[in-house]
Amino acid sequence: MSEFKHHQTAHCENGVTVSLLKHHGVDFITEPLAFGLGSGLFYIHIPFMEINNGPAISFRTMPGSIFKRTCKALDVHVERKKFKNPKEATDFLDSKLAQGMHVGCQVGVFHLPYFPKEYRFHFNAHNLIVFGKEGDRYLVSDPVMEVTTSLSVEELEKVRFAKGALAPKGHIYYPVQVGEISQEQIRSAIVRGIKRNSKDMLNIPVPMIGVKGINYTSKKIRGWREKHGPRKAGLHLGQIVRMQEEIGTGGGGFRFLYAAFLEEASAIMQNDELMRVSEKMTKAGDLWRDSALQMSGIYKGRITEQKDFDNCADLLLEISAVEKDAFLDLYNIKL
Amino acid sequence: MKKSEVPQDKSALENFTREVCYVKNESGQYDTELSIGWEAKKVALDEAWKEIERRTSEAREKIKNGEASPILYFMEEKLMDFTVLAGYTGIWKFRIKRHLKPNSFQKLNDTVLKKYANAFDISVHELKNFKA
Repeated sequence: MSEFKHHQTAHCENGVTVSLLKHHGVDFITEPLAFGLGSGLFYIHIPFMEINNGPAISFRTMPGSIFKRTCKALDVHVERKKFKNPKEATDFLDSKLAQGMHVGCQVGVFHLPYFPKEYRFHFNAHNLIVFGKEGDRYLVSDPVMEVTTSLSVEELEKVRFAKGALAPKGHIYYPVQVGEISQEQIRSAIVRGIKRNSKDMLNIPVPMIGVKGINYTSKKIRGWREKHGPRKAGLHLGQIVRMQEEIGTGGGGFRFLYAAFLEEASAIMQNDELMRVSEKMTKAGDLWRDSALQMSGIYKGRITEQKDFDNCADLLLEISAVEKDAFLDLYNIKL
Repeated sequence: MKKSEVPQDKSALENFTREVCYVKNESGQYDTELSIGWEAKKVALDEAWKEIERRTSEAREKIKNGEASPILYFMEEKLMDFTVLAGYTGIWKFRIKRHLKPNSFQKLNDTVLKKYANAFDISVHELKNFKA
């Protein structure tokens, strides 16, 4: 078994990307860089869909795409596989481990024994790395945990075959071929990542997506108290704060992560303008945190008037304006 | 957020892990810091669990009053919705909805009950004899 170094990150998919690439000798990769090359920042409010009986909102791009895009940008070949039969999935994993490989697995959070009970929900797009087997226990590196853990054969099978929305179906993935990565390649990957991300946030012609999507949520928040009553409306706000990412980041966290990426990109590209946009993104992150504090006052039931909901809605409008400004800059920067 | 401002509020993560936060250090550059939790997030989670408790006790009431079958209670208790339960049991959603009625629940054979019991991690006996 080859040696494995655990990397703790703010977000699971970035973490798996960083650990697997570093293991294959991509030394320069960092979490912010992986997030930026993968154009990870996003906003979408999906109407007519509920998660845990609250609004369905995501602050990052589709699960799986950060890993996919980052690897593609660095010309890293990836293999992936899904299974119908759990037994086959386990055999395949064992065979990869026997070859000394480390693999990423998509899993459901609900049955993960090393998470606190309060954090276990039916969320199926969590990612972790299996890097070995000792006796009948798999050695697991979960990027949001401080240290590595382990899972029994049954436990791992259960989380790999969790059911419900985004069921992982034993999804397993790993880099197979990593070539030399030139400075030039890194620079063009950064440019592509930034341009794609600003298009995603600005140009998708659907009102629930990107910076417009934040306004959409703002409008909804104004109406929630009237529509659902103070209690349920408060719970909806709580849901936004939980951000469908029980552990790690959240709305603000992803903005800080993107700001950190822009700071790194600014150094690599030797472009001061990127640093200025990084400051704007930090501002957006701070505003998201302010909004979470404002919302927590409401779901705690201390403040429940319509004007308090309006305050939240106004904050979201401000955030939308700040992010629009930042992404317009990014869209127009000559890189 | 500045490094010195990272919240360190007690949360359910205690004894499990700390979270990585991206923050600005003293010289204005991005750095990471570990946090044991944030009050605003903790309260959101607490409220979500209170809501689950409320929903399970509502389910108990319905079962007592003969308006729902035990499936409703365990579904709420395991935080499942119809998609999740359909996934674990392999039973179509519209059939599950029917099985939530006490009458059709009474008529279920053990094969079907076993599917539900497995999904809920309980025995068929527990499911059949659930006292609300």
